Amino acid sequence: MTAELIHRLHFAFTITFHYLFPQLTMGLGLLIVVLKSVALRTGSEQWDRAARFWGRIFGINFVFGVVTGIPMEFEFGTNWARFSRLSGGVIGQPLAMEGVFSFFLESAFLGLFLYGEGRLSKWMHWFSAVMVFVGSWISGFFIIVTDAWMQHPVAYDRLPNGQFEVVSFWQLLLNPWGLLQYAHNMTGAVITGSFVMAATGAFYLLEGRRQDYGRMFVKVGVIAGLASTIAIIFPTGDMHGKYVARNQPAAMAGMEGLFKTEDGAGMVLIGQPNEETGLIDNPIVVNDALSFLIYGTTKAEVKGLDQFPKDQWPTALPLLFYAYHIMAGLGTWFVLLMVVSAFLLWRGLLYESRWVLWALLLSFPLPYIANTAGWMTAELGRQPWIIYGLMRTSEGYSNTVSVSNGLFTLLGFMGLYLLLGVLFTVLVYREISNGPEPKTIEAQAISAD
Amino acid sequence: MGFIWFWLVAVTIVGYVVLDGFDLGVGVLHLFLAHTEPERRAMLASIGPVWDGNEVWLLAGGGTLYFAFPLLYASAFSGFYLPLMMVLWLLILRGVSLELRNHIEVGVWRALLDGLFGLSSTLLTIFFGAALANVLRGVPLQADGYFFLPLWTNWKPGLHPGILDWYTVIGGLVALVALTLHGALWLTIKVSGALAQRARNLVSPLWVLLVALTLVSLAATIAVRPLSLNNYYEYPVTFIVPVCVVASLAAIWFLNRNAHPVKAFLSSCVYLFLMLAGACWGLYPTVLPATTGADRDITVLSSISGPHTLAVGLAWWSFGMALAIGYVVFVYNKFRGKVDVGNGGH
Repeated sequence: MTAELIHRLHFAFTITFHYLFPQLTMGLGLLIVVLKSVALRTGSEQWDRAARFWGRIFGINFVFGVVTGIPMEFEFGTNWARFSRLSGGVIGQPLAMEGVFSFFLESAFLGLFLYGEGRLSKWMHWFSAVMVFVGSWISGFFIIVTDAWMQHPVAYDRLPNGQFEVVSFWQLLLNPWGLLQYAHNMTGAVITGSFVMAATGAFYLLEGRRQDYGRMFVKVGVIAGLASTIAIIFPTGDMHGKYVARNQPAAMAGMEGLFKTEDGAGMVLIGQPNEETGLIDNPIVVNDALSFLIYGTTKAEVKGLDQFPKDQWPTALPLLFYAYHIMAGLGTWFVLLMVVSAFLLWRGLLYESRWVLWALLLSFPLPYIANTAGWMTAELGRQPWIIYGLMRTSEGYSNTVSVSNGLFTLLGFMGLYLLLGVLFTVLVYREISNGPEPKTIEAQAISAD
Repeated sequence: MGFIWFWLVAVTIVGYVVLDGFDLGVGVLHLFLAHTEPERRAMLASIGPVWDGNEVWLLAGGGTLYFAFPLLYASAFSGFYLPLMMVLWLLILRGVSLELRNHIEVGVWRALLDGLFGLSSTLLTIFFGAALANVLRGVPLQADGYFFLPLWTNWKPGLHPGILDWYTVIGGLVALVALTLHGALWLTIKVSGALAQRARNLVSPLWVLLVALTLVSLAATIAVRPLSLNNYYEYPVTFIVPVCVVASLAAIWFLNRNAHPVKAFLSSCVYLFLMLAGACWGLYPTVLPATTGADRDITVLSSISGPHTLAVGLAWWSFGMALAIGYVVFVYNKFRGKVDVGNGGH
C-alpha cells in the first residue's frame, strides 16, 4: 500500500460519492424550471404541486451535495498539498469562483424557493427556481474549468519558484477542452434528471396510483430524456471524443484498448485488455469503425499504445477500458429506450405500455453509473499525470500525510457515507411514495418544512 | 498586494465566523433551551433558510486562500490533516441532521438527529477556536514549508505541540462561549414568548463567562507569542481595537438588558469581528508562525501567488463578493422579523 494509492483512493471515493448528488441537482434544476414555467403560464395548481414535490426531493439531494462537496475543496490541500502549492494560482481561481459566483447565489435562492413561497410573488418564486438552476450550472462550469486545466493546461506560465501562474484569465475559462467537457457533462446531468423523473412517473403508473402525476412525470422525463440522450452522443460526445483523441492520444488508445497503431483501426465492443500479451482477450470488433469515428474515414491511422513509452501509459489500463465501455454501452441503451418511449408517447400508447414503463422504472440507476464511468474515463485517461504532460500524480500528493493517517480518514469517510447513502435512499423513497398531493393539513405542515 | 489579500482572506473568514457563528450557537443551545417541539422548530426555523448560505463563506474563504496563498493553503491543510477531516465529518453530520429532521416524523429518529445537531455544533465551535489558537501559537514547520501535527502531545505549547494543548483548549472554550452567546442573541431577535425570554436570561451568565475567558485568552496569547504585540507598539493607534472589543462587550450587556435585541446582536458581531481582526493584525505579515525558528515562518510574501493571478483575482473577487453581499442582504431582509411556525412555513 503506497501513499500515492491511498490519496488517489481517498479523492476518488469522496468525489465519486459526491457527484451522485450534483448530477441530479443540475438535471432536476432544469426540469423544475420547466414545471414552474408551465405552472406560471397555465396557472395550474397541479404543476405547482409537482414543482413543490420535486423541490422537496431537490432540497434533500442538495443538502447531500453540499455536505459531501465541502470535503472536496479541502482535499486539494489536505491530500494533494504538493500539487496545490504549485497549481493554486491557476486552479484555485475557478474553485474560489465557484464559491463566490455560484454557491452564494444558489444557497440564497434555494432558501427563497423552498421556504419563501408564501412570502414571494408567483413571478418571484419562478425566478428563484431559475436562479437555483443557473447557480447549479455555474457551479458545474467552474469545476469543469478546474478539471479541464488539469487535462489540458492552457494560459499558464511558471514563476521562478515553480508555481504555475495564469497569464490569460479568459483563456483559462474558455479552455476548449473545458467547453466540450462542459457540454457533454451537463447533458449527462440532464439525462440523470430525466430518467429519475420518468422512472417516478412510471412507478406511479405501474402502481395504478396518482395517474395524473404519473403521466406528467413520464411525459416531461421522456421528452427531456430523448433530447439529452441524443445530445450526449451527438454532438457533445462525438466532439469531445475527437478532441481527446487529438490531445490525449495515449488516453484514447487506452480507452479503446488499442495496443498497436493501425490504419483502419477497429472498435472493440467488448473484451478484456491483456497488458502482458498486448491483445484484447475474447474480442468482439467492428472493423474500421474507430478510424471512422475519430477521423471520418475508415482508413485513417489511429495511434496505439505502442507509440508511447510505457511510463506514459494510463496506469489503470483495464479499468479505463471498462469505464469507457460501460459509459458508451449505457449511452446506447439510453437512446434506444428514449426513442421507443418517445415514439409511443407520440402515438398515445406509452401510458399503457407496461413493458416500456418497467424499463423506464428499472433504468433509473443507469445514468448514475454512466456519469460515474464517464468521469472515471476522463480521470483515469489523464494518468499518470496530475497536470497533463507537466506534473505526475506521484509528485502531487501530500507526503507529510502518512499511509496510516490517509487510511484512517478514508475509512472514516466510507463509514459516514454508508450512513448517508442509507439515509438518502430512505428519505427520497418516502417522498416519492408520499407523492405530490398534500396530505392532511397537519401532515402538510410537517412536510412543507 | 500582499497586504490587501491578507485582509481579504481574513475578512472572508471573519465573515464566516460572524454569520455561521450564530447558527452554530443556536445548534449548541437548541437541545436544552427548547422545552417543546414547537419551540425547537422555531429555533431551527430561525436558521433554516440561511445556514447553508452562511457556510458558503467558509468555502469562499478556503477558495480565496487557495489561489491567493497556495503555499499556506497546502502547508496548513496537510499539516492540520486530522482535525480538518474531523471538522469535515462534523460539518457533514450537522448539515444532514439539521435539514433532515423535518423530513422525518418518527420521534426516535428526530431525537437522534437533534442530538447529532447539538453535538456537532458544539464540537465545531471548539474546533474552530482551537484552530485559530493553533495558527497564533505556531506549528513545527520543516525547512520545506510543511509540517504534520498530532492531535496532542504533552498538552503544552512548545517546539513540538499537538493540535490540543492548554492554550488551544482555551481558544476552543472562548469560541464555544462567544458563539453560544452570539446564538442566544440571535434568538432574542427571531423567536418570541417564553423561549425568547429564556434566551435573554441566558445572555448574562454567558456574558460574564465570556468576559473572563476573553481576558484569559488575551493574556495567554501574549504569553505564548509575545511578538503578537509588535504591530500594536509600532502603530499605537491600533490599540483602538482592544478598546473597542471592551466597548462591544459592554454594549452587549447594556443593550440586552434594555431590550434592544438587534443592537445587542450587532454588538456581538462587532465583538467577534474585532477579536479576530485584532488577532490577524497581531500576526501580520506572518501567516503561519514556526515553533522551529522565525526564519521558517510562512509569511505573506513567501506564500503569495504570482502578480497576474492576483490582479485578475482582485477584479472578479470584488465583483463577486459585492454580488454575494447583495444576496445576503436580500435574503435576510426577506426573512426578517420573528419566525412564524404556526403555518408550518419557515
